[in-house]
Amino acid sequence: MRFYEVELASRLMLGTAQYPSPAILASAVRASGAGVVTVSLRRESSGSLAGQRFWSIIRDLGARVLPNTAGCHTVKEAVTTAHMARDVFGTAWIKLEVIGEADTLQPDVFGLVEAARILTDEGFQVFPYTTEDLVVADRLLAAGCQVLMPWGAPIGSGRGLNNIFGLKALRAHFPDVPLVIDAGIGLPSHAAAAMELGFDAVLLNTAVAKAGDPLAMAQAFAQAIEAGRLARLSGPMEPREMASPSTPVVGRALLA
Amino acid sequence: MTIILNGEERAIEARLLSLALIELGYQDVVVATAVNGCFVPASMRSSTVLSDGDRIEVLAPMQGG
Repeated sequence: MRFYEVELASRLMLGTAQYPSPAILASAVRASGAGVVTVSLRRESSGSLAGQRFWSIIRDLGARVLPNTAGCHTVKEAVTTAHMARDVFGTAWIKLEVIGEADTLQPDVFGLVEAARILTDEGFQVFPYTTEDLVVADRLLAAGCQVLMPWGAPIGSGRGLNNIFGLKALRAHFPDVPLVIDAGIGLPSHAAAAMELGFDAVLLNTAVAKAGDPLAMAQAFAQAIEAGRLARLSGPMEPREMASPSTPVVGRALLA
Repeated sequence: MTIILNGEERAIEARLLSLALIELGYQDVVVATAVNGCFVPASMRSSTVLSDGDRIEVLAPMQGG
């Protein structure tokens, strides 16, 4: 799998927020095998310097870092946050979030396209957090995005894939664009389903961080994503409306 | 001079952003800066002159999804 010419072995991308402790965060990332972790920028207090300690833990993991613009509601906020992220993290990658609605954290797709155009023109490699809308996807690609990250369900909801029809259509319309399901995944079965639909990767956070045993759940997700990918490549059978015996009918004994 | 650091009023002596950061306790740290809502790259801090009432944001890597 390639994002912007970067080859990645794992199709699991993991968020770094909400873990019970930094040690559990590090163990969960290692157990997941994730090659990409998402991070953010927040105010640093010179008294605690909490961000410096966090950054040290992340650097030790050796995973590629994907900074986000989480919490940004305007194009200006998102673009400025991206500039600051590039300065700190030293990467052109940016997970672009422009939030349009507070209850669902649904992307403001109009602002998203505008911010994506500005940032790609400035040399950023944008990973837009978007919906499954085909027209928006087309505009994001025209703006220069080479990866799309449609939501499965609202961030942190754990509801899985809310619109399978829409996600299938997105996959079918853009067969050659790397597509990542980002947000809403609650269970490994959701992640496997995303991979079975042909998505290239899954980005999740809360489902692992808030599990009773984050380390075990990280492993469960890694296995589910591999299983879903293998299933996709194996050519799944077509569903039927009626039963069809799997055991041969020919040769059945007459015992009635 | 009084500036607003991450939303809180602070009195500082330094006039340059690079020196203000040291005075405010951010020496040898990985941070990104903005003044009055505009990004200031690390390379521009030593030539960025502060004024009374400026809003300075100092951001660092943090957990994110």
